[in-house]
Amino acid sequence: MIGDTPAPASTPEPPYAVEGHGLVKTFGSFRAVDGIDIAVPAGTIYGILGPNGAGKTTLLRTLLGIVDPDEGHRLLLGAARPLRMAREVGYLPEERGLYPSMKAFEAIAFMGALRGLPLHVGRERAKAMLDGHGMGAAIDKPIRQLSKGMAQTVQLFGTIVHEPRLIVLDEPFSGLDAINQEKLEALIRDQARRGVTILFSTHVIAHAERLCERIAIVAQGRIRFEGTPGAARDRLRARVRLRTRAGDGAWRQVLPADTVQDDGIWHFALPDAGIEPLLRALIDGQAGIESLSIERPGLHDAFVAIAGAAAAKAMQEQGEEAEEA
Amino acid sequence: MMQLWRAAFVIARRDFTAVVLSRTFILFLLGPLLPILIGFAFGGLGDRISSTDLRPVVGIAMAPQDRAAIDRAHGRLTRRMGDQSLPRIRAVPMTPAPRVQLARPESEVVAILSGSPARPVLTGKPQDLDKLQGDLSLLSTAALAERSLQFVPVERQEVTTSLGAQAQGRLIIGRIAQVVMFFLTILLAGMILSNLVEEKTNKIIEILAAAVSIDAIFLGKLMAMLAMSFVGIAFWGGTAFAIFAALGGDATGLPVPAVGWPIFLALAVLYFAMAYTLLGSLFLGIGAQAATVREVQTLNMPITMGQMLIFFFASYAVDHMGSPAEVAACIFPFSSPFAMIARAAQDATLWPHLVALVWQGAFVALIIRVGVLLFRRHVMQSGGRWWKNLFRPATG
Repeated sequence: MIGDTPAPASTPEPPYAVEGHGLVKTFGSFRAVDGIDIAVPAGTIYGILGPNGAGKTTLLRTLLGIVDPDEGHRLLLGAARPLRMAREVGYLPEERGLYPSMKAFEAIAFMGALRGLPLHVGRERAKAMLDGHGMGAAIDKPIRQLSKGMAQTVQLFGTIVHEPRLIVLDEPFSGLDAINQEKLEALIRDQARRGVTILFSTHVIAHAERLCERIAIVAQGRIRFEGTPGAARDRLRARVRLRTRAGDGAWRQVLPADTVQDDGIWHFALPDAGIEPLLRALIDGQAGIESLSIERPGLHDAFVAIAGAAAAKAMQEQGEEAEEA
Repeated sequence: MMQLWRAAFVIARRDFTAVVLSRTFILFLLGPLLPILIGFAFGGLGDRISSTDLRPVVGIAMAPQDRAAIDRAHGRLTRRMGDQSLPRIRAVPMTPAPRVQLARPESEVVAILSGSPARPVLTGKPQDLDKLQGDLSLLSTAALAERSLQFVPVERQEVTTSLGAQAQGRLIIGRIAQVVMFFLTILLAGMILSNLVEEKTNKIIEILAAAVSIDAIFLGKLMAMLAMSFVGIAFWGGTAFAIFAALGGDATGLPVPAVGWPIFLALAVLYFAMAYTLLGSLFLGIGAQAATVREVQTLNMPITMGQMLIFFFASYAVDHMGSPAEVAACIFPFSSPFAMIARAAQDATLWPHLVALVWQGAFVALIIRVGVLLFRRHVMQSGGRWWKNLFRPATG
């Protein structure tokens, strides 16, 4: 039987907390992760966005070493063998799991102990965390007696009780009510302020938009976009909403070709030349502008466009492959 | 390696406390005591039954002086041969004829001896006559000889040891040790089959697998269950010993195993641990592949049959020390602990035990490793062909 060597106590901080190069993971003939390159800068909040079944969880499990990739390699806090860095990592899986008969503080301490935290220290910290979170009454309660939200909080505390340098959260907001989602966002920000790298997956864009410094949009097992949320939004051109008094006229000629009218409002992408030439032409053409607004696309729009395009492309590729077959 | 053992200890501690501090553990401890208590109860009952005189009663239908001679002869013979050596006798009337007396519903004798000591006639069913004929012939002969019957004295030559008796005793100790070890193993190791089902159904396996190697999970679970077994064995053994002592049992007459009692008991503990971990690691590996409790239950029967086969193999070897079968039983890892404890009872050489323990330990490690790789491959859906990673570190 062969074990893992513990990580050196003072590992120099690598520029990237998590790296994956050419990662491929297949289940039978299904390529859940299909040649992914990813680099999560240390000290950032990094979001992996993708629709259900995009391969987010498999990617995280591969990066963490829970499963080995079929191809490619990964570095977790600079280590090629992720378990070597287990003490520095906290992981909250998508499918929450706790021993039902364990008391809340023991469950947290146990999860810390798994990652090398002495049990007595874990117990003290667990009690303090639960108390500080208004869950003092739940300290001695078995997990089976806690509400789902409280059990999730216990598991989250178990993920961070050993004060990791990297926290990986798989769909952390799912199943939480709005108040607990807010608390979780605050906790993530708090950890990030302490220099902890946060990597989380979600299919709810609002959280990523509020929290993430960088995102990767994953669809069909591939990364379709990687960068800042702003850069993702910039992928889409701003949209113009125009309401005119005149229904028709020469001014119509200056509207872009992709313009559509809906309930008396003209919608079109902001032209490359900007709004001023268009505005001048509308005034000169006596369109009678009642209102004109430029709407910058949100991350949600960018996500739908990027992931949707990827899905459409994949479906087209599958169709072509089927035809060839 | 230290990290592996540390992680295994964390898992073991959790499992051990979860089991030992549960209410059901009291039932677990008390459960096996029931057969022990029943054993003692039935043992006592058996003693009472065996002390109840169940010897056949033979009616003596003879003239008074002949009957008195038979009585005296019965007394003289039983004083030398023991109370249970001859059938009991009881006076019955000389009339009516024995056939008529035996046909009566109130008849309380099995057969009737009539006539005289010189010409005795035994009346009864053929199978009873077959059993009683020799005894009553001896009794009549003794009655006939009366005072002229001289018992030849036997000179006693006492020795402190009899190797034949010692060998017999050691063989019995070896057998008992095997049976006890087998029952403890079959009772306790089977529980490991379902050991990973809780982690899989509660989705905890994901948290464990992200934090520690699967090797540590398997090792920790084995350690916990072994520790729990020792708690159980200490409790049951202690209780059995207390009952034995309370009933005034005397162990001084027990034969001494070849290696002596202290080493024998130490080896018994070690071989039990090895038998437990060998079978336990196999069960853990098999059970880990099962997705549901139902699947585990289905696996129980064929596995128990497998255990029985191993036991039969090992128990055959006890009687054939040094034979190819015994050597094979000592080498085959699963039968090795059972065969070796029997060897410890009969052979004082110690070095084979060291070799056997190392050999068995190596197999435990190998089985755990194979189980881990199969678990990663089939349950975690990770890793390639498992045999390629057999001697590689668990990369995680």
